[in-house]
Amino acid sequence: MARKILTEHINVPGIETFDVYRKQGGYTAVEKAIKTMTPEEVVEEAKKSGVRGRGGAGFPMGMKWGFLAKPEGVPRYLVCNADESEPGTFKDHHLMKCIPHLLIEGMIISSFALGANKSFIYVRGELMYVIRILEKAIAEAKAQGFLGKNILGSGYDLELVVQPGGGAYICGEETALLESLEGKRGNPRNKPPFPAVKGLYQSPTVVNNVESIANMSWIINNGGDAYAAIGIGRSTGTKLISASGHIQKPGVYEIELGVSVDEFLNSDEYCGGIRKGHYLKALVAGGSSVPILPANLITKTAAGEDRLMTYESLSDGGFATGTMLGSGGFIVFDETACIVRNTWNFSRFYHHESCGQCSPCREGTGWMEKVLHRIEHGHGSMHDIDLLVDISKKIEGNTICPLGDAAAWPVASAIRHFRDEFVWHITHPQEATAPGAVYMGEMVLG
Amino acid sequence: MEEVKPQLLKITFDGIEVEVEPGTTIMQAARKIAEADESQGHLVPPAMCYYKPLPVSGGKCRACLVKVSAGSAKDPRPMPKLVPSCITQVQDGMVVENTTNPAVLDTRKSIVEFLLINHPLDCPICDQAGECHLQDFAFEHGSAKTRYEEERRTFDKIDIGPHVQLHMTRCILCYRCVYTADQITDKRVHGVMNRGDASEISTYIEKAIDNDFSGNVIDVCPVGALTDKTFRFKNRVWFTKPEDAHRDCDKCCGKTTLWYRGDEVIRVTARKNTWGEVTDFICNTCRFEKKSTKDWVLEGPTKVKRSSVISANKYRKDLVAKPDFALKLAASQFKQIDDSRPYTTDEETIRHQSIENNDKANHRSLAANNN
Ligand SMILES: Cc1cc2nc3c(=O)[nH]c(=O)nc-3n(C[C@H](O)[C@H](O)[C@H](O)COP(=O)(O)O)c2cc1C
Ligand code: SF4
Ligand code: FES
Repeated sequence: MARKILTEHINVPGIETFDVYRKQGGYTAVEKAIKTMTPEEVVEEAKKSGVRGRGGAGFPMGMKWGFLAKPEGVPRYLVCNADESEPGTFKDHHLMKCIPHLLIEGMIISSFALGANKSFIYVRGELMYVIRILEKAIAEAKAQGFLGKNILGSGYDLELVVQPGGGAYICGEETALLESLEGKRGNPRNKPPFPAVKGLYQSPTVVNNVESIANMSWIINNGGDAYAAIGIGRSTGTKLISASGHIQKPGVYEIELGVSVDEFLNSDEYCGGIRKGHYLKALVAGGSSVPILPANLITKTAAGEDRLMTYESLSDGGFATGTMLGSGGFIVFDETACIVRNTWNFSRFYHHESCGQCSPCREGTGWMEKVLHRIEHGHGSMHDIDLLVDISKKIEGNTICPLGDAAAWPVASAIRHFRDEFVWHITHPQEATAPGAVYMGEMVLG
Repeated sequence: MEEVKPQLLKITFDGIEVEVEPGTTIMQAARKIAEADESQGHLVPPAMCYYKPLPVSGGKCRACLVKVSAGSAKDPRPMPKLVPSCITQVQDGMVVENTTNPAVLDTRKSIVEFLLINHPLDCPICDQAGECHLQDFAFEHGSAKTRYEEERRTFDKIDIGPHVQLHMTRCILCYRCVYTADQITDKRVHGVMNRGDASEISTYIEKAIDNDFSGNVIDVCPVGALTDKTFRFKNRVWFTKPEDAHRDCDKCCGKTTLWYRGDEVIRVTARKNTWGEVTDFICNTCRFEKKSTKDWVLEGPTKVKRSSVISANKYRKDLVAKPDFALKLAASQFKQIDDSRPYTTDEETIRHQSIENNDKANHRSLAANNN
């Protein structure tokens, strides 16, 4: 069995309560950090651990903390991004629901490290019941003296606030999240200035994902070096993967970074292979925003090496033959999945979720969706394929926030790897629109 | 005590060096070049959302994207993405490419395309025609044809108070009116509702902005989305004659432009600078109620400072000077258009011809993009 950092105790009955969590060694990391360490030492451990942001971008957490501006007399904030709305990603939800104290403990340690006296957990608004769970956990921790004024007699104060999200995917983008937290419309901000300099209420702010922060109690208990010893190269530690699609055992799995994609996909410890009688067609490895991969590039890279579940290996080959680890939303497609339909579906999502501030994303996402809708419904023409590629290129890199890129990549990669399927939809509109019809090269299903 | 002068920063914009104060944006640096030498006006990036008098504006439309080919003297690496010149501050030793960079112009062309796909293109019946920044932008940077075949979004017209009409269908979501409303009232009656291409400028369900300065949203609107109801359909702006005038006003600066048709004042607006920006807002009394010459002290004809489709034809052709290769590109495209069709007035034939030409145009544009 692989080592578990976040989910070791997740199945212990009653782990969502303070008492059971405490019995499993919970809150010892808070005691250690606050009583025996300076904030700088905590930041140092985070840096040593090499843990990278688990929200999608994979930016080293310790380095991000190091960038936080510390002007005299200005409050600093820590904001936990629990807005998790990326299609295919549902790990933060699982963690907060099952073992809320792990996040609370991580929040206390991280806030202490950053010198924040008021920290926020911004939770996807649809998850009201999770918000209740977190609020209960906070009340318990406060009653035990781990939150509030003068924590453990150290003189350090921390108030933890849970904020229901604005109900939009874009509120997960860190600056949109801050706007929303301030009570405004969740529009992303232009950067610079970055949140580390001007974030919440124009004060220095760190925004981190739930999973990133939840790692902190293990890191403090065992040391950053021990964390860095797990994994391969710059992909240290463990990662939660939300596995879904045509596999035997969908669910949330904690892996040590560095297991092979083949093992993760096919071993009984994880996904358990493709469902019986079917075979692998495509994979979206890191949530809907990352490029889709065809079967021949999933377990092996273009260079013929084993593809591993690491930031580096998944992006091997760049966008031509690689993808990204992203937020760890592992969506598996077997031969019954229609790539055109799936691409249209993703595209529909981004069109619906664009905040509408900047013209390439506001107009381009809608345009791509309409063209894909046409192709999927048998009204496409050949030049539509290149039109889609061109629109995606014109959005990519030209927008305020990465949602534009996230909308462009799935379309561009689907056409890159599955162009023949798009062509078939256009040349065979009648067959393609028959119920359940799927293109399979020489053969047509359905 | 000697006054400490801020250290000036040197930047190279399209090969021209200019020194500016710290905190200046690339856009302002480019404008400084053009203000010193009018013939360089075409170098200034177009701005569809940025509006200097509105401090938080800019960064949205992406019309002004430029290439920073050297970040600064200290760190001369190029910036990986194109950056919005309106909100990007200059660094000492920065090198910026605008009209000298084909990728920038190509992107700009696609920004025009994006802004136009959901625009109704109803210029013939739009009051803004002739002084519309979107028209100017499309005229200078866009393509004559469209690749968009889908349905365009539409909205119903909304009256915002007694004087202003909002026609959301034409809006490009620059947010200028929102920021103007934010400046003049703390009631937040003029926000944006909904998301993406369904976004709407709203006064939270047609609530009038009962503010003495609400009329200014008309002047800041770059397109015909917010128009003056007292001027609607009265005249095309290029048939009117603008005169600068002033009056003693206890609410505002009283400095305006009167728009004449014959002897009749048919419209009053605030004055705009070379960049199409109003620096002094005027009150609703001056704008909507003082429509007689006797209310005003005339100062003389308004100088048309800005390049526009009107100035291009009537006033100053040189204002629309384009970079060489853009002209070449335009020439190469114009050549391809088939104008040897026989002259006909038969409607059916005309309809077919235009469909055919559209198709050809579509294929051509795609062929060009595939290379
Ligand atoms: C459109 C969009 C949506 C995002 N949604 C989330 C989200 O739901 N949860 C999350 O943790 N990060 C999300 N991110 C990434 C955040 O902007 C940010 O990078 C992250 O919260 C930083 O935390 P980390 O460094 O710990 O990963 C999103 C980014 C974009 C562009
Ligand atoms: S890229 Fe899309 S979501 Fe992001 S700011 Fe622009 S319009 Fe909004
Ligand atoms: S003018 Fe710079 S982005 Fe709109």
